[in-house]
Amino acid sequence: MAENEAIAAAFADGPAFIPYLAVGDPDYEASKAYVEALARGGADIIELGLPFSEPIAEGSTIQNAIVRALEGGMTPSRFFEFVTELDVDVPLVCMTYYNLIYQYGRSRGGAPGPDAFVERAAEVGISGLVVPDLPAEEADPLREACDDHGLDLVFIVAPTTEGERLERMMERVSGYVYVQARLGTTGAKTDVSDQTTRSLQRLSEWDVPKAVGFGISSGDQAARIVANGADGIIVGSALVDIVAEGASSERPVEETAAELEAKARELAEGTREGAARRSPDVDAI
Amino acid sequence: MSTDGKFGDYGGQYVPEALMPAIGELDDAYQRYVLNNEDGFMDEFRERLADFGGRPTPLQRADRLSERYDLDVYLKREDLLHGGAHKLNNALGQVLLAKYMGKERIIAETGAGQHGTATAMAAAHLDMPCTIYMGERDINRQRPNVFRMKLNGSDVKPVTAGRGTLKEAISETMRDWAATVESTHYVIGSVVGPHPFPAMVRDFQAVISEEARRQAQEKIGGLPDSVIACAGGGSNTMGTFANFVDDDGAERSSADDPSGDEPRGRVDLYAVEAGGSSLAVDEEAGVAPNSASLSTGEEGVLHGARTKLLQDSFGQIMESHSISSGLDYAGVGPELAHLVDTDRVTPVAVDDDVALEGFHRLSQTEGIIPALETAHAFGYLEEHHAELSGSVIVNVSGRGDKDLQSAIEETDARDVPNAPDMSMFAEGI
Repeated sequence: MAENEAIAAAFADGPAFIPYLAVGDPDYEASKAYVEALARGGADIIELGLPFSEPIAEGSTIQNAIVRALEGGMTPSRFFEFVTELDVDVPLVCMTYYNLIYQYGRSRGGAPGPDAFVERAAEVGISGLVVPDLPAEEADPLREACDDHGLDLVFIVAPTTEGERLERMMERVSGYVYVQARLGTTGAKTDVSDQTTRSLQRLSEWDVPKAVGFGISSGDQAARIVANGADGIIVGSALVDIVAEGASSERPVEETAAELEAKARELAEGTREGAARRSPDVDAI
Repeated sequence: MSTDGKFGDYGGQYVPEALMPAIGELDDAYQRYVLNNEDGFMDEFRERLADFGGRPTPLQRADRLSERYDLDVYLKREDLLHGGAHKLNNALGQVLLAKYMGKERIIAETGAGQHGTATAMAAAHLDMPCTIYMGERDINRQRPNVFRMKLNGSDVKPVTAGRGTLKEAISETMRDWAATVESTHYVIGSVVGPHPFPAMVRDFQAVISEEARRQAQEKIGGLPDSVIACAGGGSNTMGTFANFVDDDGAERSSADDPSGDEPRGRVDLYAVEAGGSSLAVDEEAGVAPNSASLSTGEEGVLHGARTKLLQDSFGQIMESHSISSGLDYAGVGPELAHLVDTDRVTPVAVDDDVALEGFHRLSQTEGIIPALETAHAFGYLEEHHAELSGSVIVNVSGRGDKDLQSAIEETDARDVPNAPDMSMFAEGI
């Protein structure tokens, strides 16, 4: 299995802060400014959501962001153009649903199948993919395409993922695993469950960075989760909330971008602080 | 029949990781209770279908339609099942299965409200708390069904995302399930979704064709020449076809078919889809003014399964349309997609106008007011009866009481040649 070097490097110097935004939310230009603000705020990797019309794994915050982006005219072609124009120097991971990956070849006049999408993603500089509706059982064609084009394929480990399912996933994962902190869909919550700690323990024997997501919204939470052994934290809804507020209040794009940058900085600092707080025995898991 | 969840290349389990263990648990329960009748599950299911549901439903000869078309037309009267539609077969099966599995709560999505009302009835009957997700637009189209669900003690949650129809309600129910999966069973309303749902829902609905096949022996003296059913997601379709699929007229050696000592006859199967206002699509607007995914859709992945879908060239799911909200869905069951690809099932489409004429025709000629979904099958019969011969079974998947308001409005909005003059009542409706 190929490992993407850019992603491996992002985890090499300690825990990574990984923010998410839906691309094109609320429009193309503003979205570019927002993603660049996350990079300035200290993102180590950025997850870029490519909007799909039926986002079954998302809670209402990200679902609404996806609706705004689709209404703003975002398509897979525009998404790749967006990535090409983006002025950031951290690795980018595309988060989307399988049907868009599967159909991309057909949209360009070829046959359906994941290869055309992955090839184009590699061409524009995407380092990895997260596909929330693609369990390990159905992932072999995409895994193969990712190997062919040097992309990582990130899987989501749920609190309910155990035993054989976990093994099947770990045989196919590369880059990092996305540890889902609690059951349910994405969305900012104030509590970070002790399911997170149990999940990290369950994964301890696997030699792949573990990034925790779902419900993280503050630097303090980020620090606590990293101190408990996470190799990275993923934050989506708390950032999308800022974009949503910007869109509804119609304040200038620069103001929203500045707020995003500040929030990113808080989360990035929390991530580093958590690493410093780790006790030696926690570090062992 | 498939046991790995695949029908050719269709089917599978494309769902968020958090749901995979629940789907595995459900598959295990499906094998044990449904396929192997563990703890007498299927016996209890059959008994409740008879006592609570009123099965078997009749296979009735439609004398006037038979005369009109010079065919032997038989009606499988699923409209007489408790609740007024075939939906109870599946809802009762799944709620009972949830009980056997030790689940404490039921959730379901509904489009027309027929699956929601059937689930609400089954949940009340079996004493399970129940929440139903329904698109806001469908709530406005189907208010009486909302009341029925509430009367049976279910909680009805409006879904405002997208256009507020069935596909948004399915997505929302999957979200609830992702958060509550340990205690909750999702009663999916059709032969769609991840394995084992398509196979399991087919098996619960297959009682329709099991009875029809037996009743045909008595009334027709053998197999029908054709079977016709409307198709949205495809649960009444698969239920009506399931026990006729092997009647494909092919030669079989006794090794292939040890059970059958008689040669297999040939039964033609027609799935009638909603042609809406047109089979063309507006790619720019992301709208397909029909729900004909078997006839016009392309392979893709939606709501947990690979199947035929109405989608744009990038794979974004289109907004579908039909005069009948029960057929208004951009996907279709994966097994039906496979049966179409292998030429076992013929997909056909009937537009809104022809369906509405079918609605009035069955009401007038046979004294049966059909659901607008069902009316599509009778629209097809009117238009294509010359291509059929011998005996035909049409599944009357549901009764039309729920559709009276929209049937009157839709009739009013166009020139329907066989509609009664309702103008004198226009003020009072």
